[in-house]
Amino acid sequence: MARAITTKQKLIWTVLAWTFGLLMFFPILWTFLTSFKTEAAAISDPPVWLFFDWTFENYTAVQERSNYPKALMNSIIIAVGSTFLGILIAVPAAWSMAFVPGKRTKDILLWMLSTKMLPAVGVLYPLVLLAKWLGVMDSRILLIVVLMLINLPIIVWMLYTYFKEIPGEILEASRMDGADLRAEILYVLTPMALPGIASTVLLNIILAWNEAFWTILLTTVNAAPLTAFIASFSAPEGLFYAKLSAASMMAIAPILVMGWFSQKQLVRGLTFGAVK
Amino acid sequence: MGSINLNQVTKSFGDTQVIPPLDLDINEGEFVVFVGPSGCGKSTLLRLIAGLEDTTSGHISIDGQDATQLAPAKRGLAMVFQSYALYPHMSVRKNIAFPMRMAKMDQATQDAKIEAAAKALNLTDYLDRKPGQLSGGQRQRVAIGRAIVREPAAFLFDEPLSNLDAALRVGMRLEIMELHKKLETTMIYVTHDQVEAMTMADKIVVLQAGVIEQVGSPLELYHAPRNKFVAGFIGSPKMNLIDGAEAAKHNAATIGIRPEHLTVSKTEGLWKGRVGVAEHLGSDTFIHVHDTGLMDMMTVRITGDIEAKHGDTIYLTPLADQIHRFDAAGLRIA
Repeated sequence: MARAITTKQKLIWTVLAWTFGLLMFFPILWTFLTSFKTEAAAISDPPVWLFFDWTFENYTAVQERSNYPKALMNSIIIAVGSTFLGILIAVPAAWSMAFVPGKRTKDILLWMLSTKMLPAVGVLYPLVLLAKWLGVMDSRILLIVVLMLINLPIIVWMLYTYFKEIPGEILEASRMDGADLRAEILYVLTPMALPGIASTVLLNIILAWNEAFWTILLTTVNAAPLTAFIASFSAPEGLFYAKLSAASMMAIAPILVMGWFSQKQLVRGLTFGAVK
Repeated sequence: MGSINLNQVTKSFGDTQVIPPLDLDINEGEFVVFVGPSGCGKSTLLRLIAGLEDTTSGHISIDGQDATQLAPAKRGLAMVFQSYALYPHMSVRKNIAFPMRMAKMDQATQDAKIEAAAKALNLTDYLDRKPGQLSGGQRQRVAIGRAIVREPAAFLFDEPLSNLDAALRVGMRLEIMELHKKLETTMIYVTHDQVEAMTMADKIVVLQAGVIEQVGSPLELYHAPRNKFVAGFIGSPKMNLIDGAEAAKHNAATIGIRPEHLTVSKTEGLWKGRVGVAEHLGSDTFIHVHDTGLMDMMTVRITGDIEAKHGDTIYLTPLADQIHRFDAAGLRIA
């Protein structure tokens, strides 16, 4: 039975949804506004909203004081690199878990997820030691590997849920048709799972892009991505809210744009394939 | 090409043995149907032959070669699945070409074979469509096309018609039989529908709980079922099985009489009963008879139409030479 929804109910829900949405969006809006204020206006009490002298000086200052293009490049390489490395490892893993599950498959899946519950700082010391010993501190390859490992459980889980939707008979048919494992994964499974793989890729690029803990701790100059770039503006010599905001806007703009254009895939990704 | 032998094959899932040791010989060019109630192991048996499941013990040989450990791709068999299992992202042409592409056949041969298969299966106009744009019957034909082009040693069909509606099913049944006559390739066909089994098979294998109850031609199974299970399973409507005193008169624990081997009279006969439901098919009438004192409900099949009202008294007489006798263990008494 269709539930009857009155106009009044509709109105209440609409207002609630908008309130909630604006609340969520407010920090980004505030950062955006602050980035165009002078440092004085940024910390004025009561805060000024729209009627201040709009200025681009923060953006210019940020450009002068640091190397934005380099940080951007690092972010792109690290986010994309770690995601694709993760996909490369996760596709066969998810394949075996979805189509040839063993007795312990469920346990392994849960164990993988449980590693996400571990406080990251718990493995900081061993990881830093290891990186130093290997001589890869402050390198992109280190961050690619570390971020890949951190997001791997999520990538495997997402792909696993997508693969589960694919009828096993189709893969069996390909086996009967003479496909070996490589051909089965390459020509049959992957094309069928492509929408799922796409949302997984998108979500994980965003996760890797926004990862701050590891990127800040494991980099200094060479491999520092945009998250470290933002952090460098909350320097100990004083708080420069306006400049920090400008740096933040510059850091999140690319990912916001990407997110905007791939909303549909992202929603599917975030719901782990629950809606089609 | 196309003889398959199973020697003491068993299959267990965990601690559950679904197929106890089983022997079966399938000859070259035969149309063999595995039939049985759901869960009888017929699909598992087919998948063992296909190589999609590993045998727990025993040997499977194809054309005299031991194939027990061979990967499905190496067995030279083609399979048609219940769900068709077409590749949804590929056009019909690419679906049919896939096994040839895997075999690295040259493009000209591939094209020629696709054309031939498409022509034989009425798919020429649909070659560039995706499976999603086809009807159930067309999808089934694509699945068959994909199997044909491989020129397999044998075709395996896993309930290929059960997703089709009744009218289409009869048509496809004929097409598959035509195909078998034309190709003369071994075909193994799994179904739970005994009508499909009877009409299509050269040889029927009746399975129950992983055990072969009987192997034989459709008419052998019809005329001389080896035991009560086969007697009840083959034939439609089902054979009437009568225990007790009436059976003892024939020196048997159970006697069986097929619905079509009973004569009906309103005035006299051996057994008296009351008409329940009568199903009028035009060509035949099935009358379900209650209160005979012999069994719960006896079914009679009369050729043509007959007046039978609910509650009428009716007399039934079995044809003496068509009575099947079974002993206490359920086995046929010759």
